[in-house]
Amino acid sequence: MFNASKVFEMETPILEVKEVYKHFKEVKAVDGVSFNVENGEFIALLGPNGAGKTTTVEMIEGIQKPTSGEINISGMHWYGNESKLHRLISLSLQETRFIDKLTVKETVQLFASFYSLPHTRVNEVIEIVNLTEKKKSYVQDLSGGQRQKLALAIALLNNAPLLLLDEPTTGLDPTARREIWNILMNLKQNQKTSLILTTHYMEEAEFLCDRIIIMDKGKILAQGTLHELLSANNSKEIIEFSTLNSFPIDFFCGDGVFKLVWDDKTNSGKLIVKSIVEHLPIFLTRVKDRGIELTQLECRKLTLDDLFISMTGKHLGD
Amino acid sequence: MLNHTFIQLILVQIREFYREPASLFWSLLFPILMAWGLGIAFSNKPEQTKTIALVLIENQRMESFETLIAKAIFERKKDSITNAVFYQINYGNENIGITHFKIKLVNMQQAELMIKRGNASLIITTNDNKLEYHFDKYNADAQLSYLQLTSLINGENLSNQQSEIKPMTEKGTRYVDFLIPGLIAMNVMMSTMWGISYTLIETRTKKLLRRMVATPMPKWEYIMSHIVARIILCFVEAIIIFSFAYYYFDITIEGSVFAFIILFISGIVAFSGISVLIASRTAKTQVGNGLINLIVMPMMLLSGIYFSYHNFPLQVIPFIQALPLTMLADGVKAIFNESAGFAQVWKYIVVLNMIGVLSFTIGLKYFKWY
Repeated sequence: MFNASKVFEMETPILEVKEVYKHFKEVKAVDGVSFNVENGEFIALLGPNGAGKTTTVEMIEGIQKPTSGEINISGMHWYGNESKLHRLISLSLQETRFIDKLTVKETVQLFASFYSLPHTRVNEVIEIVNLTEKKKSYVQDLSGGQRQKLALAIALLNNAPLLLLDEPTTGLDPTARREIWNILMNLKQNQKTSLILTTHYMEEAEFLCDRIIIMDKGKILAQGTLHELLSANNSKEIIEFSTLNSFPIDFFCGDGVFKLVWDDKTNSGKLIVKSIVEHLPIFLTRVKDRGIELTQLECRKLTLDDLFISMTGKHLGD
Repeated sequence: MLNHTFIQLILVQIREFYREPASLFWSLLFPILMAWGLGIAFSNKPEQTKTIALVLIENQRMESFETLIAKAIFERKKDSITNAVFYQINYGNENIGITHFKIKLVNMQQAELMIKRGNASLIITTNDNKLEYHFDKYNADAQLSYLQLTSLINGENLSNQQSEIKPMTEKGTRYVDFLIPGLIAMNVMMSTMWGISYTLIETRTKKLLRRMVATPMPKWEYIMSHIVARIILCFVEAIIIFSFAYYYFDITIEGSVFAFIILFISGIVAFSGISVLIASRTAKTQVGNGLINLIVMPMMLLSGIYFSYHNFPLQVIPFIQALPLTMLADGVKAIFNESAGFAQVWKYIVVLNMIGVLSFTIGLKYFKWY
């Protein structure tokens, strides 16, 4: 009897990135990156600006060639397979401005013609991204969120097995962002599409993606499911505090303190510790001894956000 | 059929064209206004008036000037608005054309100002009972006024001599006959260069080009769609300009219409090629603007659209004749006014297509898609 799960296991991953380097004159934009994307998997590439996310995505898109290493999409290289791969990949760029004086429908129709898709598919994707009411509006009259939805509609047109979305919700208000998330969640449930999403928003990665890859300075710092990432660090907890004045902070370091992050501008800090129960009394004693006035104190488990900051030393938006 | 990539790409260009009021104005209304304005300004002038500045030396009376021009027939008049006195002398007749000289009494300062501002081209002063003429010896209009006036004042009215003057009024010899074919040719250049170069550069700047080539869209179809759309739009533009010229100035195509169509398309091919070459690497619309102007402006001035390029020094004329707009304009003029056909314009057709194909090939080779 035909066994579907067995077939699935034998399938080549939709994307294999093996030991990929991309060096520009003096900059190592991507410095030995490897990861796979399985069929139907949603992946988030998280990293501050200059982490190498866009270069990585552009190499997957075939726009840039790796200095060394290998990228296979459904087992195929870009070289010699361009026309096939253009049908397997679909994307939405960080910022694409479509033609102002075309209507939403005409714009989608133009792209549909590149894939020889029927008229019905045009209406279908417009419906999926909830732009039916705006079908006859000129692109120039759309809001930021509607433009992103249009870009998404075009990306969804050909049912590509691999979807690359470069910061699809940057600059959108929470409602518009939530709407795009819902469209993508529906996609996840209904189809076998794999997604690579680059984002600044931690909650976006948490909400949408099965696996998260954290990048900085061209390297992968960590990858795994949210659960894996956090449980690898589950023995860590956080003491977050603010003070009235600035002061030398190194006296907090000691046994069981993994990391100290201090922000001079806001006079606030984070101590990543092994155990709050063990460290909080020591922390409070030291604060009292030195006459430091605390304005705020919070103790909690490590989140993805904390993990990111502790790994890269930067906030995502930096 | 409508779903075909190529058709869709052409439709995009055409929709962008007719939905943009600015492009409609510049490519349809503006050439008509130019044709109308210039056509009127430089023709339909059976009579013209020229102002001459008259400066009398101190304390000299008007009557002494009148005795100096006594051999000519003159009238002493008063300006209805300023009440200033002037003399009017008329030159010519229906056959040679009539010029009214309006000799205005002013002081030297005013006279110089009139010359500087182009209100007059000639100053007459009286000195020692003689008339003296002051003018720029390289100004043809001033020369002509001098000759006409002196002949009248010397009592030898050349226009009354019995030489036979046959005024030419037939088609093909008027200024507007020279102008309209040139404007049609220039419109091909402007429409193609701005339409293709600017659109390509803008599409690249907007990252739309990058988005499009990430699909299976054939790249050559994309570029070709611009050229085909431009051929359609240029024909629409030319038909509108021509219809206006036909009804308003009675302009017709004397030569081969078929040769005109082929020459016209060859012009579009030449300028399309140049446009693709210009747009091949540029990523900024401002740089694109500069580059397009750099190509377009010299040809607008040199290629004999508004005035004949034969007034330029002899050495530069071969270079002017090698410009694509000159070839196109000369060809269109020959077909419109000299009854020319393929035999006369085939060279232009060949060279224009060569320019187009060559620059297109180079442009495409170095074309930056993202």
